Amino acid sequence: MATAVVDEAKTPDVPLSDAVVVRFAGDSGDGMQLTGGQFTLSSALAGNDFATFPDFPAEIRAPQGTLFGVSAFQINFGSSEIDTAGDAPDVLVAMNPAALKTNVPSLKTGGLIIADEGEFNDRNLAKAKYESNPLEDGSLAKWQLLKLNISQATLDAVKPFGLGNKEALRCKNMWTLGLALWMFDRDRQPLIDWLKAKFAKAPELADANIAALNAGHAYGETAELAGPLKQHHVAPAPAEPGLYRTLTGAEAIALGLVAGAQLAELPMFFGGYPITPASAILHHLSRLKEYDVTTFQAEDEIAAICAAIGASYGGSLGVTSSSGPGIALKGEAMGLAIMTELPLVIVNSQRGGPSTGLPTKTEQSDLYQAVYGRNGDAPMPVIAARSPADAFECAIEACRIAVQYMTPVMLLTDGYIANAAEPWHVPDLTAYERFPVQFLTEVPEGGFKPYGRDEKLARPWVKPGTPGLLHRIGGIEKEVDTGHINYAPANHQAMTDIRKAKIDGVKVPDQTVELGAEGGRLAIVGWGSTFGPIHQAVRRKRAEGKDVSHVHIRHIWPLPANLGELLKSYDKVIVPEMNTGQLKTVLRDQYLVDAKPLNKVSGQPFTIAEIEAAIEEAFQ
Amino acid sequence: MNEMTTIAKTTLKDWESDQEVRWCPGCGDYAILKAVQRTMPDIGTAPENTVFISGIGCSSRFPYYMETYGFHTIHGRAPAFATGLKLANPDLDIWIVTGDGDGLSIGGNHTMHLLRRNLDCQIMLFNNEIYGLTKGQYSPTSRVGTTTPSTPYGSVDRPAQPCAFALGAGARFVARGFDVSKELPNVLKAAHAHKGAAFVEIFQNCIVYNKDVFQDFAAPKGAEDRQLWLRNGEPMLFGSEKSGGTKGITLDKDALELKVVDVVDGDWQAAGVIVHDVTNRSVAHMLVEMRFGEFPMALGVLYDDPRPSFEADVVRQNAAAREGKTADLQGLLKKGQTWTVKEGGPEL
Repeated sequence: MATAVVDEAKTPDVPLSDAVVVRFAGDSGDGMQLTGGQFTLSSALAGNDFATFPDFPAEIRAPQGTLFGVSAFQINFGSSEIDTAGDAPDVLVAMNPAALKTNVPSLKTGGLIIADEGEFNDRNLAKAKYESNPLEDGSLAKWQLLKLNISQATLDAVKPFGLGNKEALRCKNMWTLGLALWMFDRDRQPLIDWLKAKFAKAPELADANIAALNAGHAYGETAELAGPLKQHHVAPAPAEPGLYRTLTGAEAIALGLVAGAQLAELPMFFGGYPITPASAILHHLSRLKEYDVTTFQAEDEIAAICAAIGASYGGSLGVTSSSGPGIALKGEAMGLAIMTELPLVIVNSQRGGPSTGLPTKTEQSDLYQAVYGRNGDAPMPVIAARSPADAFECAIEACRIAVQYMTPVMLLTDGYIANAAEPWHVPDLTAYERFPVQFLTEVPEGGFKPYGRDEKLARPWVKPGTPGLLHRIGGIEKEVDTGHINYAPANHQAMTDIRKAKIDGVKVPDQTVELGAEGGRLAIVGWGSTFGPIHQAVRRKRAEGKDVSHVHIRHIWPLPANLGELLKSYDKVIVPEMNTGQLKTVLRDQYLVDAKPLNKVSGQPFTIAEIEAAIEEAFQ
Repeated sequence: MNEMTTIAKTTLKDWESDQEVRWCPGCGDYAILKAVQRTMPDIGTAPENTVFISGIGCSSRFPYYMETYGFHTIHGRAPAFATGLKLANPDLDIWIVTGDGDGLSIGGNHTMHLLRRNLDCQIMLFNNEIYGLTKGQYSPTSRVGTTTPSTPYGSVDRPAQPCAFALGAGARFVARGFDVSKELPNVLKAAHAHKGAAFVEIFQNCIVYNKDVFQDFAAPKGAEDRQLWLRNGEPMLFGSEKSGGTKGITLDKDALELKVVDVVDGDWQAAGVIVHDVTNRSVAHMLVEMRFGEFPMALGVLYDDPRPSFEADVVRQNAAAREGKTADLQGLLKKGQTWTVKEGGPEL
């Protein structure tokens, strides 16, 4: 462990303060996601708050060295509350010319570039479409440049272990990580333990990787004396005492669904079909069979939801998950779940659209699809998670509404939340209210009515196999109470009204204000993963004395009962969204408020600066 | 077949729901419904443990008329609903009712995957070679040249062969019957007795849009000559003295194809007639491809060779994965690398 803690006053050239943004960028085969993930863990162990943003290509192994094959991982860590993965990196680690070219434009002026000059050969420069070597031609003058032959240093470090050239070079990411750990005064031991466990069956690989890690770290120690490389200590962020772990959105949803099913005292059935970025939920759940979870990889998206509905019909909590195009395929079956009033949770990990769109990039453009995207008048509750940790709570909430109201519920998350990690204060499950399901098992007083209603307007849930309650359900319009086929005009009017009233009546908590006052000059109203940048921007502007509030909506449908009044209590309302203005339209429609859109559809999350600029403009 | 505890004996009436049947007068579906309702008491399962699941089309109204649990789902997807339901409760006895359009056109994918997975259920595919409920368009089983509102000059595409499709998809039970056949209950019983996916093609007369299209083999007159009812362990014989004597099916060993031979004086062995072995997959492939006209229509159980069913394997794997583990969710939440924040800061 390095000892020197650099006095920041002496290193004004690298403005590392209470929060630092580091981006690791390399070829998709360079192991950048793994490097980032391990650096994240080390940040957690150092007690920093953090947020991450993995950004990788849709191609599994894009041709080596190309611009479209660049994979990057950004982490923002600090000693105070961190809500986003950071706007512009302070440090960029570029493992090849293509990684430099695609990432350097976002680096802060004066920021540090660490480049593996061993990869800046003619061939790689050509692939990255550089006419001259940027490490030599002065084009990087506005940043600090540290050229290191990481490839050669790695080869030297792992030489004793007799690996082939290709395998030896695969340890490059550990050399880089070793250097990064030194830079931020981090303990290497947890990583060494992790490498030993990961390569338990190939100890020579473990040793080689550890040697590379140590070499990178040692390089930092010895090179500190000269050049731009400095060590920084980022103090731990204050956090509530308790047990913490890192959590990605996909993990959070899997755990939240399991918790939801347990709180409902139901077995869970999960039907899925591989699709990016939703597949991770299927992967997590398929390993949790001891929690009474059955997973089913169906032949297509439609079969996945239909099987989940079939399982719900049989008395399990049916769940399906997908991303935009897959959700579109499931639309007809959602209508059937609405018509037959069976519980179902549908998770949509949104990605850039339309069509195949941007499979690995984030977007929030499925709000219309979630709220309105079915044939007929087909109301359905919609909940949106704001962060990985929040996704756990939202998944439980979706399960609760589904079983208590006998309805499908859509849970919206996005590619950013699914892949991003944040520290999670592990909750105490005994603190959650249970909502055990009561199946109807006997003919009630007054006779059995398959479409009779309780006070929530939910119909009874009867499992096939129950004697005395035999009945038939289906997608044709149901007769009030009996559930028989009925095409009569008055009956369709009545049933449409009941379906609407049931969902309108779903009890959701009143909307609170995240930051700022109820009422005032300006509200920034968000939903989903825009939480981080909105929150930070509003905090900064409030610190400057601006009367701006942050309102973040979890319950997209039905909307909180007090939301209309709340929005009308502000002079101006701005709705930042990673779409062309979908929540904005819903709010205008529902409340006739003059909500103004702030839109971004580049496949990248909002930066704090973009929201700050919008706030600034609103006050002019 | 599901293992059942003692079940009260039922009668045909016990399986009739109170719903008014709404098929066209004279529709073959009435005969199939009666055959099923008549067969259920013999099969001996309890109505409350029985679920009929259908897609969309005339045939798919079937569940409403059965006094069992029933789910009239969406077009083509009944196999997917059945899969989820069976996995949720493997004790249920599930019957899928579908048609040539529902099960082989819009839902062909699901039919294929249900068969390859071998979900324990019975699939009754009512084949009337037409779209009835949408008023008479040609279907994936319509013969070339079928004139309909959507093919005024006759259809040009070749029809799918349901039993060949099923066998190709990996089905372990393939059978054929037709709506008014007295043999249909026996075929249904055999299907139910098969543990795994049992595929039954039932030719069904659409009296309005494709009337009597199966009459050439289904008509009672001359039936012996045009129907080959397959029975396990018995020679493949058909024909009558009236129409020129008994005939049989033999294998042309040089051409590796089936052919019809005359049986003289009842000596079918001498004529090389094949004895039907329901577990012979190679012969099953030839039987499902047998062209009517040149050959009689092969009916009855064409193939029956069970192997472990999907839901049984899933249940087994789930149980093995759960073995020795407790469902400690709080423990799961804490899994992986964690750290504790104390008043003074974090530690491992």
